[in-house]
Amino acid sequence: MSAKIKIITGNDLRTGDVIWWTGEGWSRHVDNAVAVDHDADAIIARENARQVVTDTHVIDAFAADGTVRPAHIKDRIRALGPTVRLDLSLKPADPQAGNWVI
Amino acid sequence: MYQYDQHDQAMVDARVAEFRGQVARRLSGELTEDQFKPLRLKNGLYLQLHAYMLRVAVPYGTLNSAQMRVLGDIADKYDRGYGHFTTRQNIQYNWIKLADAPDILADLAKVQLHAIQTSGNCIRNTTADHFAGAAADEVADPRPYAELLRQWSTFHPEFDYLPRKFKVAIIASETDRAAMRLHDIGIQIVKNEAGEIGCKFFAGGGMGRTPMIAPCIAEFVPALQMISFLEAALRVYNRHGRRDNKYKARIKILVHEIGVAEYSRQVQEEFAHILTLGLEPPPAELDRIKAMFADPGLETGLSDDLDRSDPDFALWVDQNVHAHKQPGYAIVTISLKPTGGIPGDATADQIRLMADLARDHSLDELRVSHAQNIVLPHVKKADLYRVWQALDAAGLATPNLDLITDIIACPGLDYCALANARSIPLAQKITERFADVGRQRELGELKLKISGCINACGHHHAGHIGILGVDRKGVENYQLLLGGAESADTSLGTITGPGFSEDGVVDAIEKVTDVYLARREGAERFLDTYRRIGMVPFKEAIYG
Repeated sequence: MSAKIKIITGNDLRTGDVIWWTGEGWSRHVDNAVAVDHDADAIIARENARQVVTDTHVIDAFAADGTVRPAHIKDRIRALGPTVRLDLSLKPADPQAGNWVI
Repeated sequence: MYQYDQHDQAMVDARVAEFRGQVARRLSGELTEDQFKPLRLKNGLYLQLHAYMLRVAVPYGTLNSAQMRVLGDIADKYDRGYGHFTTRQNIQYNWIKLADAPDILADLAKVQLHAIQTSGNCIRNTTADHFAGAAADEVADPRPYAELLRQWSTFHPEFDYLPRKFKVAIIASETDRAAMRLHDIGIQIVKNEAGEIGCKFFAGGGMGRTPMIAPCIAEFVPALQMISFLEAALRVYNRHGRRDNKYKARIKILVHEIGVAEYSRQVQEEFAHILTLGLEPPPAELDRIKAMFADPGLETGLSDDLDRSDPDFALWVDQNVHAHKQPGYAIVTISLKPTGGIPGDATADQIRLMADLARDHSLDELRVSHAQNIVLPHVKKADLYRVWQALDAAGLATPNLDLITDIIACPGLDYCALANARSIPLAQKITERFADVGRQRELGELKLKISGCINACGHHHAGHIGILGVDRKGVENYQLLLGGAESADTSLGTITGPGFSEDGVVDAIEKVTDVYLARREGAERFLDTYRRIGMVPFKEAIYG
């Protein structure tokens, strides 16, 4: 049973890497994302002010069994990397890495 | 080729230094993202789906080997080992770090390249016939005019904040190899009855959500008044273009709304005024530029003989090699569309190999075509076999130019923040379905183009077969179009009907080709058969 949640994503200002809000900082792995609620705007404002992240915004996702899966295909592709270059994804050695994206 | 003078170099170097300062201020927090974003976009730096993306301008698609080599080196040094050649004859890098961007621009500036005006509501990189200077059918080399246009449009203060982006293409033959009439302004270099060189102007073309074919607005403008006429055309657009609605802001909407006659009248009125101001560059400047594009060193008296005993080589020659204006030479097109590959992508090693081949066998010149291939414009026929062997060893000898697998595809949802659906996997599936070269050649010329959203970067409106990816409730869906063309007989494709899944659209394309093979007459191309028999037989086959 998955739960619909909201999570915060953005890009690392310096590298451009896609990152996810973990409750304490930022991770490149979407599974580390945590649900946010009415505190999202405050988190985004505070993190933007630190000038280390950019393009921060809230998206819909589903959480189940320790995994977090963005609701929209565009965000799932952001989380994994290009579906046509899995060698450039976060888990290049795992041929199953992209199975949840499409 | 054009070589920068001290003014060109000083301008580009100053821009690099300026951007280095802007990046430092952004990284230190002195500039906010809202303040910084328009500055980085003016230097071709986007924030895309996975990282920063840098779009480098290749003026009118022309490169020398040193420039091409640097493009390969940048892919290795700052990106992930590859680059993506685009439909505006540019190259994009998908994995750029912000802190590296000034160093990349500095590396580019050393070989007279930059990323200026590859984004924003300004005049973008001018595109040109990729066979310019080599084709037998041109009335003049269009590149000196394109270079003059580049100099005029770069940092032009009046046109730095247009209602929307503005794209110009320039050709010099009746065979349009640059999709000229699908640009905001298209220029065809022509010769009048007195033998004088001039410009035939078209305005208000474009693709996107409202595709239009540019009508002619002036049959003949003397070449030495080209810039004044452009100034007039842009000024009228800048004055009346819709700034209140992004989707109605392109010049095509203005020309459509007020009518081509009224737009032309206003341009002529403005043109007459501008001629009194003396804004046109002096003829000596055009002559200076022309001198740099004069004969690149073509030899005379060479043989046209070719040993075709290797059947794979002969096949490649038949498909990817075109006649050159000079006896003993040929124009080679290197396909960046291998079976199962990503259209327009090339690895750093492949880019450097193409640079070496240009240096050794093409009088140091390369071209990027708007179809996302690379051209070696001046290859001796005696060198063709050696060139083919080197390309073949590097996976660059796919003999599919203008065939169904020579697909134009935008980056789509795999890379682009604007896309609604993926383009590349679909292109890969189509190339795999039609991998047999004999089958491709049986189908003949068939231009297939895929866009991942309505912005039409993949030129789907102009495909003999076009595909538009859309988002239908979070699921990728693909609309099929038939009958588009981008050449001298430009036309816009028509949607067949309801869309398809990814696999469904590949099946539908196969049915379309089956109808063509069953119904074609004589030497008809797919497009000719479609135009003769219309949409109905294809719809019946697709939807049953």
